[in-house]
Amino acid sequence: MTGPDQASSAPAQDDPPRRRGWFSRLSESRNGLGFLFMLPAAAVLLFFLTYPLGLGVWLGFTDTRIGREGVFVGLENYAWLFDDPVFWLSVFNTMLYTVVASVAKFGLGLWLALILNRHLPFKNFFRAVILLPWVVPTVLSAMAFWWIFDSQFSIISWSLMQMGLIDQPINFLGDTWNARWSVIAANVWRGIPFVAISLLAGLQTIPQSLNEAAAIDGATPWQRFTKVTLPLLTPIIAVVMTFSVLFTFTDFQLIYVLTRGGPVNATHLMATLSFQRAIPGGQLGEGAAIAVAMIPFLLAAILFSFFGLQRRRWQQGQD
Amino acid sequence: MASVTIAGVRKSYGSVEVLHGVDVSIDEGEFVVLVGPSGCGKSTLLRMLAGLEHITSGEIRIGNRVVNDLAPKERDIAMVFQNYALYPHLTVAENMGFSLKLAGVRRAQIEEKVRPAAEILGLAHLLDRYPRMLSGGQRQRVAMGRAIVRKPQVFLFDEPLSNLDAKLRVTMRSEIKNLHQRLKTTTVYVTHDQIEAMTMADKIVVMHDGIVEQIGTPLELYDRPDNLFVAGFIGSPAMNMIPGTLADDGSFRGRDGTVLPVAHPGSARPGQPLVYGVRPELMSTGGEIPLVVEVTEPTGAETHVVGRLGGTEITGVFRARIDVAPGGTIPIGIDPAGVHLFDEDSGKRVSG
Repeated sequence: MTGPDQASSAPAQDDPPRRRGWFSRLSESRNGLGFLFMLPAAAVLLFFLTYPLGLGVWLGFTDTRIGREGVFVGLENYAWLFDDPVFWLSVFNTMLYTVVASVAKFGLGLWLALILNRHLPFKNFFRAVILLPWVVPTVLSAMAFWWIFDSQFSIISWSLMQMGLIDQPINFLGDTWNARWSVIAANVWRGIPFVAISLLAGLQTIPQSLNEAAAIDGATPWQRFTKVTLPLLTPIIAVVMTFSVLFTFTDFQLIYVLTRGGPVNATHLMATLSFQRAIPGGQLGEGAAIAVAMIPFLLAAILFSFFGLQRRRWQQGQD
Repeated sequence: MASVTIAGVRKSYGSVEVLHGVDVSIDEGEFVVLVGPSGCGKSTLLRMLAGLEHITSGEIRIGNRVVNDLAPKERDIAMVFQNYALYPHLTVAENMGFSLKLAGVRRAQIEEKVRPAAEILGLAHLLDRYPRMLSGGQRQRVAMGRAIVRKPQVFLFDEPLSNLDAKLRVTMRSEIKNLHQRLKTTTVYVTHDQIEAMTMADKIVVMHDGIVEQIGTPLELYDRPDNLFVAGFIGSPAMNMIPGTLADDGSFRGRDGTVLPVAHPGSARPGQPLVYGVRPELMSTGGEIPLVVEVTEPTGAETHVVGRLGGTEITGVFRARIDVAPGGTIPIGIDPAGVHLFDEDSGKRVSG
């Protein structure tokens, strides 16, 4: 085979194309070479992402159980789920969990970002501290929350009792609605850093002079926020909140450590229910169907943010 | 329109004082340029006038009102920023009408005020564009439009031409001057470019290291600089400074003994260490002073000659064409009426 230097400088007629092997021809064409370089990545993606996803979708159309090959059953799993109140409860829980937690994370995250964007003493220290909940492994923080929400030894119950506000410990994870709010609170705590730091990065791209110009133009601080800061932040908000919603909607670890979906399925999310049915329950087909049922919701969230928020006319330059 | 009075104004950041007591009074309708090298405090002073920086001590009055503790929006001023500070999410028309919209003016009325301003600035066909789609000069005009729509008491400009290329800068310079002649609004303009200051100002305030070095009309500063700093800062090429002393016969002796003519020695005493200041354009060919040529720079209309005189490197600007090889000597004359003498230690002007 010719060396690369020779090949690039030698005219084609010295070495007619049909005499060369397919590999050397491939490696000398721009597209061919690009294809070659992409192969490893494509293989990894196909094997670890596309194949499992395809398998999951396929399993949803079968009655596979653990230890038994299934047969194609069409939409039977979905028809079954459609009549399953537990499934619908998990859909409701997931929606409630996602909406409430995302709104809270957005509000608190934006608030924190605005505070951190000001000139504070020890600013960098606080910025580092804010990241902690994000850095700690979920399981670890979930265990801490499990202790905080303990039915007897909860520090919250203890504090409130010391203050004389309540007489007996709050049953955080034993009561259906208490449990829902508790897991949401844990999720918010964990999700705020991501939102706050990302929005802070967005805030820092807004030139200070815009705020000053608005102040001279007669805007109150609130008007500066709503008419200058917020509109300029929307592209970042769209990206950050899309990710935040996706993370929240597919949350699993926190619930699984804190409640395992209980009490009486009150905190089962679609992800935890899917796992519950598929692995401990052995009904791989049904679990897969629940997981597949999450896809339309996720797609809707992505499309909403992509078309609704992300690209604005003022962002599209002409030059 | 209003006058502006700045009296004994100081500014400190923590223990560092950056303005050490500044007094400037600006008449109604005047175009005043604050000029100085970077870090001299001119922008800080402008921002204090705008209400964007707190005034540590002293007093700023716009018209008859002391504005020290008023918020920017209560001062009735408009400001043009160096980076234009246009709202990227608003169109040109919305940018220009933003302050009126905040003030609760009805849409039809905003339109009525924005359109004539846009026409003055040649922006009428761009009203629906977003800032991102505009060129630098157009953005600059929108920023000015946003200021004039409000009909403020005072216009503030913070280095508005620094982000433009040289050619556009010259154009915008005369546009701003025209605009001022048309609107007659009191204007305070900050720049580090002495040519901008000379060409645009009714009155120039030269600042350096947090103090005012001199205030005057452009030609006053050019003809009678109070001190070495102003003498060196105003004028291009810069004034030549030759150190030496006054001889008993009233002429000036450079360090190497070169004799230079002086017309009005003023309070200068023989033997006192002095600096002899002469503008390059006050030199002429055909005198008795030998200038050792180092570099000649013909520009067509005139010839710039860099050479050594009195032991110092100087620049001369001559109307005549000069063709001398480096190292050669040409005889030059200096108009003694245009000569300035400065005390070398204090930098103050001593000649009459």
